[in-house]
Amino acid sequence: MRAAGNHALSALVFVVFVGGWELFVDLFDVPAIVLPPPSAIAVSFWQSLQTGELGWHLAVTLYEVVSGFALGAATGLLLGFGIALSPLAERLFYPYVVAFQTVPKVAVAPIIVIWFGYGVSSKVVITAMIAFFPVLANAIVGLRSAPQDQVEMMLSYTASRWQVFRMVRLPASLPYIFVGLDVAIVLSVIGAIVGEFVGAKAGLGFLILQKNFNFDMAGTFVVLIVLSVIGVGLHEIVSRVQRRVVFWVDIAGDRVTGA
Amino acid sequence: MNVPALVQISDLQKVYKTRDGEDIHALKDVNLAIKDREFVSIVGPSGCGKTTLLKILSGILARSAGEVLVSGRPHDGPSRDVGVVFQAPVLLPWKTVLQNVMVPIAVQRRSVPEFEPRARKLIAMVGLSGFEERYPNELSGGMQQRVGICRALVHDPSFLLMDEPFGALDAMTREAMNEELQRIWQETHKTVLLVTHSIPEAVYLADRVVVMTPRPGRIVEVIDIELPRPRKLTMQNTPAFGRYTAAIRRHFGAMGVLDA
Repeated sequence: MRAAGNHALSALVFVVFVGGWELFVDLFDVPAIVLPPPSAIAVSFWQSLQTGELGWHLAVTLYEVVSGFALGAATGLLLGFGIALSPLAERLFYPYVVAFQTVPKVAVAPIIVIWFGYGVSSKVVITAMIAFFPVLANAIVGLRSAPQDQVEMMLSYTASRWQVFRMVRLPASLPYIFVGLDVAIVLSVIGAIVGEFVGAKAGLGFLILQKNFNFDMAGTFVVLIVLSVIGVGLHEIVSRVQRRVVFWVDIAGDRVTGA
Repeated sequence: MNVPALVQISDLQKVYKTRDGEDIHALKDVNLAIKDREFVSIVGPSGCGKTTLLKILSGILARSAGEVLVSGRPHDGPSRDVGVVFQAPVLLPWKTVLQNVMVPIAVQRRSVPEFEPRARKLIAMVGLSGFEERYPNELSGGMQQRVGICRALVHDPSFLLMDEPFGALDAMTREAMNEELQRIWQETHKTVLLVTHSIPEAVYLADRVVVMTPRPGRIVEVIDIELPRPRKLTMQNTPAFGRYTAAIRRHFGAMGVLDA
């Protein structure tokens, strides 16, 4: 009953919001170039679906987001494991990692485009650069999070260092790693768009610039909405995998922290 | 006393250095022999070194000086022949009850087909039949601690170390667990060293009670408990039982430390 009531309430809020927006634009005669009404956005959405324009650019951006995320997460995990397991690796590499992280990726993006070209690969690299840090940081914290009493329990049963890692430290790190992955996937969408803004031939970021250039505000809003749907969808996928894998932890699944 | 001791502790010392460079004697001149199949309790207030002693015996803490022999051999580091029950259950939350009980088998690369029936039998023995596939967070504290006891017994060690295993339980559960531990001990013929805060618990379970006092941590008396077995919980109301607890409590009263 309560769930059904909440759903009805959500729907009501949505209808009131969209209806209010439409009415506001209509009543005050707001020019479409400033704020397009929801109806115009819906029409624009339908048109760009028809022409296949939206589908194509969406596919390009999704590809960049997913491969950049995969590359960044893999790098973050690998480096994180190395740093967490070896104090020497931490002393040698971690200062550079932090220094790298403090440089705004937007500022680096033009260099990356020069190095990797206007195609997809430069966007994948920029996305990976943004996605890797939250995974790295959480992997390090996670691998060090195993409670001391669990480690001592393992040792008292004659466990080796490797067994303690495999049977305790690694599983104990998973809840943290998933928090990192969740932050990373949302940042990946931003990374791909930043890359496309700097210089691209396709993708939703490229499409936004194009629509903006043509004063097509409704078209711009369509892309923005599609982007946020991608973000929510990818976050939802990570959350679902997370709930399956780290089933023993009660995580507030829809809270993104650390971004 | 002709039976050779299973565990022989001689002149054991443990010294910690504080940050100011001062020495803290956690254990000083500890001598104790534990016979095969004997149940020994250690009582003492916080800081008397009883947990330190247990950590040295379980092999996860190095001693400063002295000697520990188990079955005549030097005991330096964790042993496959020891089972440990901790203050908290210390279960792995991503493993089921059965998998948790099987942890020593996995760690020591023993045969799973051989030991899994034994694990199931132990789980049944502590009254957890039907919970084999459940996860720790689905169990109460008392149930989790019983899983911890099964884990300590699964690889059939001859020496069982218990560090205040029932400290976190409520009084009723604790008494039930004491009865159960006595039964397990009688059925499995283990040698047990139990560390506890509770004087009645120590007397109720043990053949001998070792009394320790802090600063420096040392043994002040070893009391033989000559009460018939199996012991009933109601035995705690008898004058004989009371004389033992009074004798132990006297040590702490004299020192001005209260039994927690």
